[in-house]
Amino acid sequence: MNNFFSILFSTDFAFSVLRVMTPILFAALGALISNKAGIVNIGMEGTMLTSALTGVIVSAYSGSAWVGLLAGIASGIAIAALLGFFTLKFKTHIILGGIAINMFASGGTVFILYLVSGDKGASTSLKSGVLPSVHIPLLQDIPVLGPILSGHNILTYVSLLCVIGLYYMLAKTPLGLRIRAVGENPQAAQSVGVRVNRVQFISLLISGFFAALGGAYMSMGYLSLFTRDMTAGRGWIGIAAEAVGRSTTLGTFLSSLLFGAADALANALQVLKIPAELIGTTPYVVTVIGLVVYAVTEAKVKSRKLAKNLEKNK
Amino acid sequence: MIKAIHFEKIRTIAVIAISLLLTLLIIAVVSDDPLRTMGVFLTEPLSSLAHIGNIVEMAIPLMFTGLSVALLFRANLFNLGAEGLFYFAGIVASSIAVHFTLSAYVHPIVAILAGGLTGALLSAIPGILKAKWNVNELVTSLMFNSILFGVGLYFLNYKLRDPQAFVNASYKFHPSAMLNNLVPGTRIHIGLILAILSILAVHYYLYNTKWGYELRMTGSNRSFAEYSGINTTKVIIVVHLIAGFLAGMGGSVEVLGMYNRFQWTGLPGYGLDGALVALLAKNNPLSVIGAALFLAYIRIGADQMARMSDVPAELISIVQAVIILLISAEQFLKFWKTRMLLKEAGIRE
Repeated sequence: MNNFFSILFSTDFAFSVLRVMTPILFAALGALISNKAGIVNIGMEGTMLTSALTGVIVSAYSGSAWVGLLAGIASGIAIAALLGFFTLKFKTHIILGGIAINMFASGGTVFILYLVSGDKGASTSLKSGVLPSVHIPLLQDIPVLGPILSGHNILTYVSLLCVIGLYYMLAKTPLGLRIRAVGENPQAAQSVGVRVNRVQFISLLISGFFAALGGAYMSMGYLSLFTRDMTAGRGWIGIAAEAVGRSTTLGTFLSSLLFGAADALANALQVLKIPAELIGTTPYVVTVIGLVVYAVTEAKVKSRKLAKNLEKNK
Repeated sequence: MIKAIHFEKIRTIAVIAISLLLTLLIIAVVSDDPLRTMGVFLTEPLSSLAHIGNIVEMAIPLMFTGLSVALLFRANLFNLGAEGLFYFAGIVASSIAVHFTLSAYVHPIVAILAGGLTGALLSAIPGILKAKWNVNELVTSLMFNSILFGVGLYFLNYKLRDPQAFVNASYKFHPSAMLNNLVPGTRIHIGLILAILSILAVHYYLYNTKWGYELRMTGSNRSFAEYSGINTTKVIIVVHLIAGFLAGMGGSVEVLGMYNRFQWTGLPGYGLDGALVALLAKNNPLSVIGAALFLAYIRIGADQMARMSDVPAELISIVQAVIILLISAEQFLKFWKTRMLLKEAGIRE
């Protein structure tokens, strides 16, 4: 037990929270931008898997992790465009469209992996690239903070920049205003000349972009290869983080951090003699608890508001 | 003449045709001997009694999960929890098949009921969360899949595992617990009868009872149903109980009908396939039979293809995604329906 607490309060643990948070945060940002536009993209899991595999294959053949990253991003945006085409043009139900994307990716990536490498489990035979870790000068020399904040994969820093960028975009730019308007009330937005379909399509593309970064991180940062179903529910945990964060950028970031901590905790718990099968369920249990707490408080706030309005009308 | 009322059927057939064409196209690109591979994919499932038996065997669990998901979708609940329930109920039924000694007819009944009840109770959790506090049932049900899988695997490894078995499998079931064979020469078991009886029961429930009516009303518009005096909270919880029972029953039947040990060390995937069956069946219980058989047919075709050619069976998941995208696309081929309607009304374009 002492051993466990010494792990919990070590800088290594805090470091690993940021490390495991990164893919969850990317997925949560993708869910956030699409949800803001009123067209929630639940294909995060599938988009991440697709870009994880694309990144590995392209980086192996081009010899450059950066080219792999670009290709991964392109594949994620392409998947989002496909989803957008079906939902906006053919009026496929957005939830079913997302399910289709996930189904496509979980088998399709194995199919393509087998064609490329002859293996159905992992891309061990491909010499794929890894994106570099960044040591921040000055910061890395500060005790405690240095070992926690410095030395992460570059995409971890990108994810933090994305939080700031998305916050600015939604709050301060014309596109952000349009996205929020479309999400709040599409008819009203349309009546003042906003092209609803186009704004929703752009939001989907951005959500695909975020998910793709998360996927590329999984196979070219978190691990250095692609394995079957390697996202393991992180896309869904990201979607839950967005809901628990009340669809605000800051809230989404904080709840992603919380879920990342739960994930890291599961790794730390392995020193205790609890069976691995049960420890593996920690992130999912924490996600369910988070969702329930969020929904119950939300319901209470709503009923309180209702009561207040009734008082006023008396 | 083709009429506009048949439009939904025509569209389903068109979707299936397009997806099969796409399969053949991918085979043509990928395979070294495309024609032979296509032949294997399309004809091998029907080439012998044993292979036809394989289709029916695979369709049995798909009918259970498809029916379960169809009910939930009908109530406008996007719950994909059938996967975890199916797995966990299989564990429960296996425990009873391993650790209990009962007479031949009682044993499977007890095991299947236990599996079904486990499924119903576990399914009620996301149901209650959704009905009371509007917790997103899609995310909770998917999280539950992972949780149930982890807990189930724990039971398999620590409570049921037979150290003498070569693979990671449970102790052997008592022969009294296993389901009887139905068609000699195949492995089709009496689970088929149970599946069809369940489908008939759900059909009756959905279209001939007050509860079924309430379910359909809640599904088409929850607020409106609430206004017209339907207790939608109750409806949502009841749907989850029934759907969970069906998924759990499916898992138990599959384990007892097809195996003599529990040996799934991964989620078997029937729950997610259930969503596809439900969509193909347009959430209509009776159509679940055809949809499950069709999916089983292309599944067996893909398995045979993977065995006899150079194309892996995972090809099928690409096809499944295309089917979902097209079948739920409201606008797909709509122009054609409009044209037919205009023609029937005697209006020329």
